[in-house]
Amino acid sequence: MNALTLWFHKIGSPPMFYRIAGALGAWCYGVGLLLGLLGLYGGLVLAPPDYQQGDAFRIIFIHVPCAWMGLFAYFFMAANAFIALVWRIKLSEVLAMASAPVGAAFTFITLVTGSLWGKPMWGAWWTWDARLTSELVLLFIYLGIIGLYNAIEDRRQAARAAGFLALVGVVNIPIVHYSVNWWNTLHQGSTVRLMGPSKIDAAMLWPLLLMALATHLWFFGSLLARTRVGLLELDGGKEWVRAIALADGAAALADGAKHHG
Amino acid sequence: MVDFFAMGGYAGYVWPSYAVFFIVLAIDAVAPRLRRQRVLKELRGRLQRRTSRESHGAPT
Repeated sequence: MNALTLWFHKIGSPPMFYRIAGALGAWCYGVGLLLGLLGLYGGLVLAPPDYQQGDAFRIIFIHVPCAWMGLFAYFFMAANAFIALVWRIKLSEVLAMASAPVGAAFTFITLVTGSLWGKPMWGAWWTWDARLTSELVLLFIYLGIIGLYNAIEDRRQAARAAGFLALVGVVNIPIVHYSVNWWNTLHQGSTVRLMGPSKIDAAMLWPLLLMALATHLWFFGSLLARTRVGLLELDGGKEWVRAIALADGAAALADGAKHHG
Repeated sequence: MVDFFAMGGYAGYVWPSYAVFFIVLAIDAVAPRLRRQRVLKELRGRLQRRTSRESHGAPT
């Protein structure tokens, strides 16, 4: 084994990853929250109203970052599910299953804020067009994966079955992304582009990008917190988890005594 | 300030959007903490049952 794989195995061992994830996750939440507040200030206060949509356009600062995160979380989940199915790496199983609820939360926000944005702009809360329908299907796939994972008793078998479903659901991802180009839809096309100039003013772009960064950090904060719990569950019989459970119990007892005393 | 909250007449759409964003993410933050407590509590119960069984000896 070379130095890199050795390092990888050490980091990937549950007790080690649990510790690292605790520190890293706290930073993700903290920095994400800070950038999010800055982004919201830029988006809600500093950015001028849109010349066509007035102040309603300000929904973009949460709608678009959450939509990106719904797809990003899926990509992350599917990549880890693939690794888990091929190489049977325990940590990847936990990471894949931890990312599903976060992705579902972001997808849910995307759908609701989109509906709240569509009503004043299009005059309808909902239409069955390609972008909206494929995004709704994305939410259902997420819920299906979570449901399947919770329905099977054995945690590792559950993760493998749900991971397989996650890989099948990948077909929906390009449909969500390209739906605005492939079909005639009410939904507007991409505003921000990686290649070529974005169709948005700088005063609106920087808060949007800041919000995108903040939601990414939030995703990893939540992912790591969930992964930690998943590892505790999976390694329930091991010594390192027993030590954490007992320390937590002692802390809860001391806390209770303080409140009652 | 009043202008800010009025959102150019779109307050009824903009603020509920932001409310949903914050509520859902707050739930997302609390959920793993609650789950962690439940998992550890369950584990402690299992440990306690095992140690009490060992100290009293196996039932004949």
